[in-house]
Amino acid sequence: MNIVVCVKRVPMTQEVDLEIDASKKDVKKDMLAYVLNEWDNYAVEEAIQLKEKTDGTVVAVTIGDEDDEEVLRRCLAMGADRSIRVDPGDQPMDSFVKARILAEVTRGVEYDLVMTGVQSDDSNSGMVGILLAEQLGAPHAAVVTGIEPQDGEVTIKVELEGGMDEVSKLRFPAVLSIQTGINEPRYVSIMGIRKAAKKELNVVPLADLGLSEEDLTPMTTVEEYYFPPETEGAEMIEGDAGTVAETILRIIKEKGVSI
Amino acid sequence: MGEIFVLVEHRQGELRDISYEMLWKANALAQELSHSLTAVLLCAKEESFVNEIAERADKVLVVEDARLEGFNADLYKEILLKQIEEHKPFLTLMPQSPWGMDLAPALSVKTGYPLATDCVDILMEDGKPKVLRQIYTGKIFSRVALKDSEGYLLTVRASAFPPDKPEGRSPGEVVKVDAPADLPEARRQFMAFEDTGAGEVDITQADLLVSVGRGVGEADNIETVKELADKMGGLLSCSRPVVDKNWLPKYHQVGTSGKSVKPKVYLAFGISGAFQHVAGITGAGTVIAVNKDKKAPIFRVADYGVVDDMFNVVDAMKEKMG
Repeated sequence: MNIVVCVKRVPMTQEVDLEIDASKKDVKKDMLAYVLNEWDNYAVEEAIQLKEKTDGTVVAVTIGDEDDEEVLRRCLAMGADRSIRVDPGDQPMDSFVKARILAEVTRGVEYDLVMTGVQSDDSNSGMVGILLAEQLGAPHAAVVTGIEPQDGEVTIKVELEGGMDEVSKLRFPAVLSIQTGINEPRYVSIMGIRKAAKKELNVVPLADLGLSEEDLTPMTTVEEYYFPPETEGAEMIEGDAGTVAETILRIIKEKGVSI
Repeated sequence: MGEIFVLVEHRQGELRDISYEMLWKANALAQELSHSLTAVLLCAKEESFVNEIAERADKVLVVEDARLEGFNADLYKEILLKQIEEHKPFLTLMPQSPWGMDLAPALSVKTGYPLATDCVDILMEDGKPKVLRQIYTGKIFSRVALKDSEGYLLTVRASAFPPDKPEGRSPGEVVKVDAPADLPEARRQFMAFEDTGAGEVDITQADLLVSVGRGVGEADNIETVKELADKMGGLLSCSRPVVDKNWLPKYHQVGTSGKSVKPKVYLAFGISGAFQHVAGITGAGTVIAVNKDKKAPIFRVADYGVVDDMFNVVDAMKEKMG
């Protein structure tokens, strides 16, 4: 089975004080560390596991500058066969523009399945995968937590709310957005990344894709980023760990829990 | 007069809460814009909750067809496309649920209408919608404008709006229409629902939950937190990353894709407070959060907060419990 997996490099924002930049339309990124988007990491692992079971190739695709090649090298080290980076230059992009770019790239690759993460950790729009599916005219499913391919079709699980999965069948070629927890992504060592350096990383300038001006027109525009309005928030318990522990235990008892 | 569409979501004979929430917001917008509000219900047979919807809309557009047993993006897309072409609704609200996420982007490509997803608020400015979204796991808010269009599609985050019934509205009419005669065959076939939440313990019944998140660091660290829970007679629960990493079975998970809980006290150790998690603890009496990150969103919803390494606090509490 041939699989295209679309990935994104995102800043790590857990335990980080984010700052908004002067344009008020982005965060200051120079001090941030970057990783492969968590959902995409699961998508890549799933693609590679399916390839290992069924033969075929995995092509990893990203849109970004040279720094973003780091996530492609990671995908190659995990087991992807080759990779493509579309260089957008200074093209303004929203999810719609990205999906049209990815659709154009995917049309040039033989595929049975296209996978994306459900969403990205930064902009969180959760729509690129299904936009891409509709651009390609392919069947699709969002928030997928299980994939079992058979002849010409695939049985999938979709995670619904409240501890419920939906099992359904889908025809190939299909586009799936992958949820975290679907597998256990493999560990990637520095050595593994070095070894994968020989694998193909093809850079495609956006202009080479021949997209129309309309294709490159965003549907959505960020007007302003701002910090969440101050709320009363939590009453902070100060002091050393012993004092804090005593206070917490007292609160638990006061709230009617016998411990 | 313009029109606002709300696509209601239902599952196994029950209307989902998000449907009431969308209808609440759509009512406010309809009033502000002097638009009429049409709820769109796609179903296989007559549903008992149709009157509940009618009490909240000017019209309920019901498309009843045996093929609409359960959600199907292919069929929903074609049916909604026809209705949107006919009615040209100014706004169409859909849920930011796994089903809504599977439908809305495809419908946007089909209709050519711009889409903004996961909206926590919808504002009108100069007769155009602007939406508020939360990005970077809720640490930053973003105000987003949409490209000029005769109609706009928006998906709405769960719990962003109250589920309340708007006051002083008379019930709307229920209008049944047929599915398009040329409805194509769905490329996706529903097979079954599977319960993934059942297990050895029932965290929904506990008075005290001791909950761990990503901050627990590794599987081996769970045991020390479980010891604290046992000492206090509480149950161990967790947030999504802990289940994703297979550190605890799914029946421990609190949040939208896990369980909604209502303990007297909820102790959150190393949980950042993503909205999907917070949505599961709205019924908790008192929330006490311990996290290294003083900007963690959990502190915005907790009653009490401690900025510290969770293990310092866990160890100290165990010591005090003896």
